[in-house]
Amino acid sequence: MTMRKKLLMGNEAIGLGALRAGVSMVCGYPGTPSSEVLETIAGERAEGVYVEWSVNEKSAMEVGAGAAIAGARALVTMKQVGLNVASDPLMSLNYVGVKGGMVVMTADDPGPISSQTEQDTRHFGRYAKLAVFDPSSPEEAYTMIADAFECSEKIGRPVLFRPTTRVCHSYASVAMLDPMPRATAEGFKKDGGRWVIFPRLACANHIKIEEGLTTLADEFSDYRGNELYGGGSRRGVASGGVSWSYVREALSGSDTECKLLKVATVPFPARLGEKFIEGLESILVVEELDPVIESELISLRGKLGAKVEIRGKLSGDMPNAGENTPGDVRNAVFRFLGKDAKAAVRPSESALKLPARPPVLCAGCPHRASFYAVKEATKGRKAVFSGDIGCYTLGNAMPLDMVDTCLCMGAGITMAQGLHRVEPDTVNFAFIGDSTFFHTGIPGVLNAVYNGADIIVSVLDNSTTAMTGGQPHPGTGVTATGRVTRKADIYGVLSALGADDIQRVDAFDLSASKFAVKRAMSLPGVKAIIFSGECAALSRGKKNGSCSIDTDKCAGCAVCVKNLGCPALAMENGHASIDEAACAGCGVCGQLCGFGAIA
Amino acid sequence: MNAELTNCLIVGVGGQGTILASRLMGGAAMSVGLDVRGSETIGMAQRGGSVASHVRMGRDIHSPMISPGEADVILAFEPCEGLRAMAWLKIGGMIIVCDRAVQPFSSGGAVGYDAAEVMARIVSAADRVRVLSGEYIGEKCGMRHLNIAVLGAAAACGVLPFSTADMEMAISGRFAGRIADMNKNALRTGAEMIKN
Ligand code: SF4
Ligand code: SF4
Repeated sequence: MTMRKKLLMGNEAIGLGALRAGVSMVCGYPGTPSSEVLETIAGERAEGVYVEWSVNEKSAMEVGAGAAIAGARALVTMKQVGLNVASDPLMSLNYVGVKGGMVVMTADDPGPISSQTEQDTRHFGRYAKLAVFDPSSPEEAYTMIADAFECSEKIGRPVLFRPTTRVCHSYASVAMLDPMPRATAEGFKKDGGRWVIFPRLACANHIKIEEGLTTLADEFSDYRGNELYGGGSRRGVASGGVSWSYVREALSGSDTECKLLKVATVPFPARLGEKFIEGLESILVVEELDPVIESELISLRGKLGAKVEIRGKLSGDMPNAGENTPGDVRNAVFRFLGKDAKAAVRPSESALKLPARPPVLCAGCPHRASFYAVKEATKGRKAVFSGDIGCYTLGNAMPLDMVDTCLCMGAGITMAQGLHRVEPDTVNFAFIGDSTFFHTGIPGVLNAVYNGADIIVSVLDNSTTAMTGGQPHPGTGVTATGRVTRKADIYGVLSALGADDIQRVDAFDLSASKFAVKRAMSLPGVKAIIFSGECAALSRGKKNGSCSIDTDKCAGCAVCVKNLGCPALAMENGHASIDEAACAGCGVCGQLCGFGAIA
Repeated sequence: MNAELTNCLIVGVGGQGTILASRLMGGAAMSVGLDVRGSETIGMAQRGGSVASHVRMGRDIHSPMISPGEADVILAFEPCEGLRAMAWLKIGGMIIVCDRAVQPFSSGGAVGYDAAEVMARIVSAADRVRVLSGEYIGEKCGMRHLNIAVLGAAAACGVLPFSTADMEMAISGRFAGRIADMNKNALRTGAEMIKN
């Protein structure tokens, strides 16, 4: 029998693996590198599987918790910083417990490649006293997600499933397995105080949690994801996650004797760890983010009174920030084993300084127009621009230079209030995208209204969650599965919150936008401007052609090129030129031109 | 070492279609019975930043990423990104590069780099190099299909573990109708550029 193999991205493997394991409730909030898990499941349209993009991670966690205490298998997806938002329900849910298996898929981002922090969810698991599964490849993720569901159901508590970017966004030929028999959710059973978190029960539950973790630490020593290889050698390498694949790669084809330990779980598989340490003189630990495996081995060494030397992040042998690369891991492993680390690398090119290529807002991005309009309208005023999380963080770059602060989802609106209290003579703008507004922007506006703040909330409404690939949200009127639903109206929300003045403008109309900004600056209180303009990634394809330069009229002043930073615009032979393949035809540059040269 | 392994690094600018190229390549490699492992750049860099797709085809592959000095083939959709990736090219490896520059952006306009100079560096540094004319590709199938044209050229060079026909099959498996035709046309354009 030939096994059916499919080329899957790690996140697709996780999604299909969860379906195979009989998940029937899936909810999450988009965040790189986690988003494709939920999208994969939504795309499968599997019968009896409910999928939603929730408005934020906390909501997703609670929707999932409700389903899980009613006996359903629930998957909740988010990125690592999303777990911060959802940590309140998760910490408590561990005390209350679940009935159906509940897996919280939290993608970490060493590097970070698309995140604000390099936090380690394995560490979060230790803090929250939750089991964590840490896959090393798409294939392993495909089967491990089912193990995670089974574990959760067995211990009656939620578990974390923590892939990293290089697992989520790598792909592999994955052997497809038959679906597992699905148990139907038996529904919620009222049970006195069983599902109610009370202080008096918390201590009793805490004791049970600790007992459970001790049992798991033992059971995980026999878990297939935790592996021990080789013997006899005095040197050993311990690793986990994608770094494990780098270690394997470095040692493949090598005849060096070396004991290997792969750790894929929190709690640490103590019995297996003891077998690993036995007879070793030195250990190298290769892992990303926090030294979780390393510190477990150190405490095990203490417990055993062993003499083994342990090298890793804590000893300064491995970097304590940034992601591992296969090349760096090979060098570290070879150095540790006393082998020649020289690879056949071509001599590096003579120093021709290549320009960096930072990401930019797309050609035709409505945010570019809004930033430019606000910049023009605030000229001569002392103004601070608080940004938020999304494509519009890129408005920080020159020539726009319109994002002065960015902290976390929803923080722009609230930070602007704090900034303004210290410097009341400043005009404080908060830029926030539509999806972020619904995520955590709303309480910030309410806070401003309640406490009488003086800020201008600029909602950059492009009708999608652009940065993460264009997911729908409450303002789009469509759900994760494409069902048409009631559309949340940002204007109506702002008005219900009590904003003092609300304007809505076409983001691509510079003069109307500037006028709105000037008006808002002349008024006291909480002012809001909704800049509406479709994301260029959505309008591409249905666009109204591209613009072009009339070179006879163009005076070569470069005003359009210098001020907008649109990637479709450049100077060529003394006049502006538009790359027609890239141009979205938004017409914004034409509004800057004083010579009517762009149409 | 793994003799039957082919490591291909695809580099370009976010938006040029490296992900589709790597997926099609992976599909073609699987259709001839190989295992595939690789990794993509997904996230902020897709908005016009530097992007790279790693594609590894063969057996018993562990790492999803190629290390410097280990790429058998580099497909560069853009000169500057091609030169940036040169440290990945294996001694004796081949780089296929499109000569049309996409100038990076910063403070108020393009930070121009000299594309001719960059191309000259690539040609002198690589053991085996094929330069594809961006102008010709643009004329024949439009720059939007540059990714597929470069794939066609690579398949025709014989540096990938499958044929141009396998590539066509991979396209048929993914697209239908007019879109499939446009992609196949681009594939053939790239292949012909090598033969002529
Ligand atoms: S119309 Fe002008 S500003 Fe808009 S995308 Fe085209 S070149 Fe860029
Ligand atoms: S994806 Fe949309 S919102 Fe993001 S930069 Fe492009 S046009 Fe702007």
